[in-house]
Amino acid sequence: MSAETLQAFVVFYNKSKYMARPVRFNLIEKDTSDRGINQVMMPEGHIGEGFFATSLDKVVGLARKNSMWPLPFATSCCGIEFMATMGSHYDLSRFGSERVGFSPRQCDLLMVMGTIAKKMAPVLRQVYLQMAEPRWVMAVGACASSGGIFDTYSVLQGIDQVIPVDVYVPGCPPRPEAIIDGVLKIQDLVQDESLRRRNGDQYKALLEGYGIQ
Amino acid sequence: MSTHYDTIREILSRQFGDRILAWEFPYGMLSFTIQPEFNLKALTLLYDDPDLGFQFLTDITGVHYPEREGQELAVVYHLHNLAKNVRIRMKIYVPVAKPDVYTATGLFSGANWMERETYDFFGINFIGHPDLRRVLNVDEMDYFPLRKEFPLEDQTRIDKDDEMFGR
Repeated sequence: MSAETLQAFVVFYNKSKYMARPVRFNLIEKDTSDRGINQVMMPEGHIGEGFFATSLDKVVGLARKNSMWPLPFATSCCGIEFMATMGSHYDLSRFGSERVGFSPRQCDLLMVMGTIAKKMAPVLRQVYLQMAEPRWVMAVGACASSGGIFDTYSVLQGIDQVIPVDVYVPGCPPRPEAIIDGVLKIQDLVQDESLRRRNGDQYKALLEGYGIQ
Repeated sequence: MSTHYDTIREILSRQFGDRILAWEFPYGMLSFTIQPEFNLKALTLLYDDPDLGFQFLTDITGVHYPEREGQELAVVYHLHNLAKNVRIRMKIYVPVAKPDVYTATGLFSGANWMERETYDFFGINFIGHPDLRRVLNVDEMDYFPLRKEFPLEDQTRIDKDDEMFGR
């Protein structure tokens, strides 16, 4: 090894700290000045010495939003993506949704992932009816949203034909990032939902439109 | 054509004569067409005759030929002689206006669901079937989806722009 090469190596070694590999992330420091760390923000309210006062709906929204219990209704490949979403790499539990319930009566969020055949539609509807209010529904993937490529006599052309849907996630299948994005959209809805919405005329008319009392 | 196929052909011809309408040998598999009212007699002979021994029913299915006037619907039986590993195919043609066929459930218990499926998709009316109702499609379906006059796409959709789908 020549003196110059050794010199260059020592400079590189010192700059890149210990056993760091010479990849971009180690050599160029990431600029994080413009993006803070995302965390649950405090709602508007009055702060004093030892107390914090805000309105009830904000507290309820905050609690509901960050402790959603998803009910996975996975029938095909989108369900595999959901498994990745729940896994350690993407980890939906970072958003307070790690408690996947397999009982509709305890869950808040129905995640429909995959092709729903017309014969499956009454089953899906029953699962929805068994969920307690407030409940939200997410259609994950092209099939659940619109029937997808299965434009045929045996497949339901979107689950919104039998139950109301809050958020549609496009993709065939959507990547875990997209599913997480859908969950965040649901969280926005949950946070800002008025406590009276489920008793309102508009919501009743919506359910009436689906023949749900 | 192997000698065994010759034997099969001879036995069937002796029994049914010109009621067998056609013999075919597509892709090395012996097939024959018989008058529809003799389907059960032919199946029974194929089952009982010691030289034939077709005692396993592989499949029953249907085919729709809209251009064949008076014999639009075909019912195809696939049979297997497990002991000699020989397969045979039997076809019958019935008019779409009156698709009546005798059931094979008396001979093969496995024919029950196969005939229900054939009824489900083609509307073949199997006379004597113990429980002829749909098996795969929803009970509310009011047509037979694999008949050619019904388009494959779901006809209940109203949100599709024909121009966007090249129609």
